[in-house]
Amino acid sequence: MNFAIPMAAGAAALLGIASFVGVDWDAPPVESEQVGYRGTGMYVTKDAAEAEAGRAANVVPESPWEPDPEGDRARDVYENVPVLGHLSDDEFTQFMASITEWVSPEAGCAYCHNVENMASDEVYTKIVARRMIQMNQTINVSWPQHVGAVGVTCYTCHRGNPVPQEVWYKDIEPIPASRGYRDGQNVVGQFNGNSSLPQNALEDYLLGDMEIRVHADTALPMGTQTATTKETENTWSLMMHMSESLGANCVTCHNSRAFNDWDQSPPQRVTAWYGIRMARQLNVEYMEPLTPLFPKDGYHLGPQGDILKIGCNSCHQGVQKPLYGVSMMEDYSASLGTLSPNDYEVRIVPGLAAPEMSTRGMTKFGR
Amino acid sequence: MLNFRPEYQNIFTAIQVRGHLEEGMPLPDNDERSRVGKPYHNYWAGKIGNAQIGPIYLGFLGSLALVCGLIAFLIIGLNMLASVGWSPIQFVRQLFWLALEPPGPEWGFKIIPPLNEGGWWIIAGFFLTASVLLWWVRTYRRAVALGLGTHVPWAFASAIFLFLVLGFIRPLLMGSWAEAVPFGIFPHLDWTASFSIRYGNLYYNPFHCLSIVFLYGSVLLFAMHGATILAVSRYGGERELEQIFDRGTATERAALFWRWTMGFNATMESVHRWAWWFAVLTTLTGGIGILLTGTVVDNWYLWGIKHGIVAPVPDLYPTVIDPLLAAGGMK
Repeated sequence: MNFAIPMAAGAAALLGIASFVGVDWDAPPVESEQVGYRGTGMYVTKDAAEAEAGRAANVVPESPWEPDPEGDRARDVYENVPVLGHLSDDEFTQFMASITEWVSPEAGCAYCHNVENMASDEVYTKIVARRMIQMNQTINVSWPQHVGAVGVTCYTCHRGNPVPQEVWYKDIEPIPASRGYRDGQNVVGQFNGNSSLPQNALEDYLLGDMEIRVHADTALPMGTQTATTKETENTWSLMMHMSESLGANCVTCHNSRAFNDWDQSPPQRVTAWYGIRMARQLNVEYMEPLTPLFPKDGYHLGPQGDILKIGCNSCHQGVQKPLYGVSMMEDYSASLGTLSPNDYEVRIVPGLAAPEMSTRGMTKFGR
Repeated sequence: MLNFRPEYQNIFTAIQVRGHLEEGMPLPDNDERSRVGKPYHNYWAGKIGNAQIGPIYLGFLGSLALVCGLIAFLIIGLNMLASVGWSPIQFVRQLFWLALEPPGPEWGFKIIPPLNEGGWWIIAGFFLTASVLLWWVRTYRRAVALGLGTHVPWAFASAIFLFLVLGFIRPLLMGSWAEAVPFGIFPHLDWTASFSIRYGNLYYNPFHCLSIVFLYGSVLLFAMHGATILAVSRYGGERELEQIFDRGTATERAALFWRWTMGFNATMESVHRWAWWFAVLTTLTGGIGILLTGTVVDNWYLWGIKHGIVAPVPDLYPTVIDPLLAAGGMK
């Protein structure tokens, strides 16, 4: 009997269904690296083609020039530079040139400044940028457990986009009809690796401080751990976000035979633990308070009107070490590697002017 | 003279034996109208089984079971459709992701929480359970009516036990519907993995081990038995009952094959007991394993350590300590 025709038809049907539902398969070759003790199945696997594409997409931009730390201070040369006033004139202009390339290569200086009066705070993006510079400094100074000596710059998230593309927001789509009960899950999740796990777990952990640990620490029930399987799915959703964001699997951080046991966990888990706390602090202290500044144009806020927030993918972008661990700090240690000497408090004034720029090519998050 | 008909060398059923259409044995008068449908032959049915379709004995229990099953099916399906805002395209596209969720932990074991907070799940579960139990009674009564043993109903009961443990008995013992399984394709798999993660790895649950032994064992036995009978079908081995009554060369060769290859063989009689027990014990031990999880054991990995079944691994990461204990004050 000739099986070729039914087999080919079956394969075509399968591929048709797969493309319709949008599966994300890793085609061979897949490289695997043993990271744990033999017999524990601890292999970190990477799709070779994706890894190569990742290397090409994660190249650090060159500094326009090497800044001279000597000379007049920026605060004495320019007006209204509360956060970067301690830089030298040369360091300041080098940083301004860089941030333009990192964040608004098309709109240029006018993305944040009134070019007639550079000192003016009338454009809202300038207020945001100032706050983001403070955030950047905080990451590099206060979170060595997560960013180490590599540090981050604006480019780590922005990658040449005025609005970083790897963000998360409250997602309630598709909105259930009044009696449909899916409990905020059971649809293709955007922020948890297309899984059917809870859609808004990041809100609970990277904005709120819901307990991530759902394991019992005792063999027998002592009533100390009351989490149910539902809370476990929420934790798992966060883990899927991390896994997708880093292009890493469970055993990068865990020995999967005892997910909760720190003694059997690779050190990456500790780094990730601080990363969760870091993202939470950034979202709570830096991102959320800026919400009133942003225009409700669909490009700057989520569909529910919440600010676009920081997840693991914002920096990592599918790579275990953002930008493959290449540090840009050498050229920006004065601007981003230290805290500003004054505790300037950015004032959030709604209703500021928006920069004139095209939204062409930008991602529309809201409706 | 042996007949080496090439049809018997095919791993697919290549011949269709068709008698004249038959109703089955006569039933008592008041039972006769329960047997419905005019029998007919279907070529494609004959490819995989008996070519005759119908009649079916529906009866009161069967009809009621189908109605209850349909109600459950519709509640689940309509909830899935509602959960994508009645969009038929999204319903098809995300079908594998969609589910009807049980009530959240905030409802405990409340009998009927609001419909769109898990009430629908309980109603669907009720009708599905009613359907399954009615179908069980039906299989029992049909077996008795045909003068059979009740082996099929009891095997079915073992599966129903697991089903009830997952969806009702264990949530009852835990005092929370949030422990129950959602009705959905991927979501029930999410539940399975979450369940194992929450309770410290089912791998170390001895009843889970047993269940897997019986599950894989069932598969192995099924493959061995199916293959053996197919292999001797050229000697009439597929006519198993005749071979049981009157041992022929098919039985002898099948028995010899296993005795030669592994020194021991099951018989025409015993192999079916092997299969029945393995199948029944899969869900029975599985259900016990689920029932013990969370109720009497909270972390199977730690339980395994306590009882010496966890293989030790060297401390590869001596620098790693729980940062919650290390970082002063950070939560």
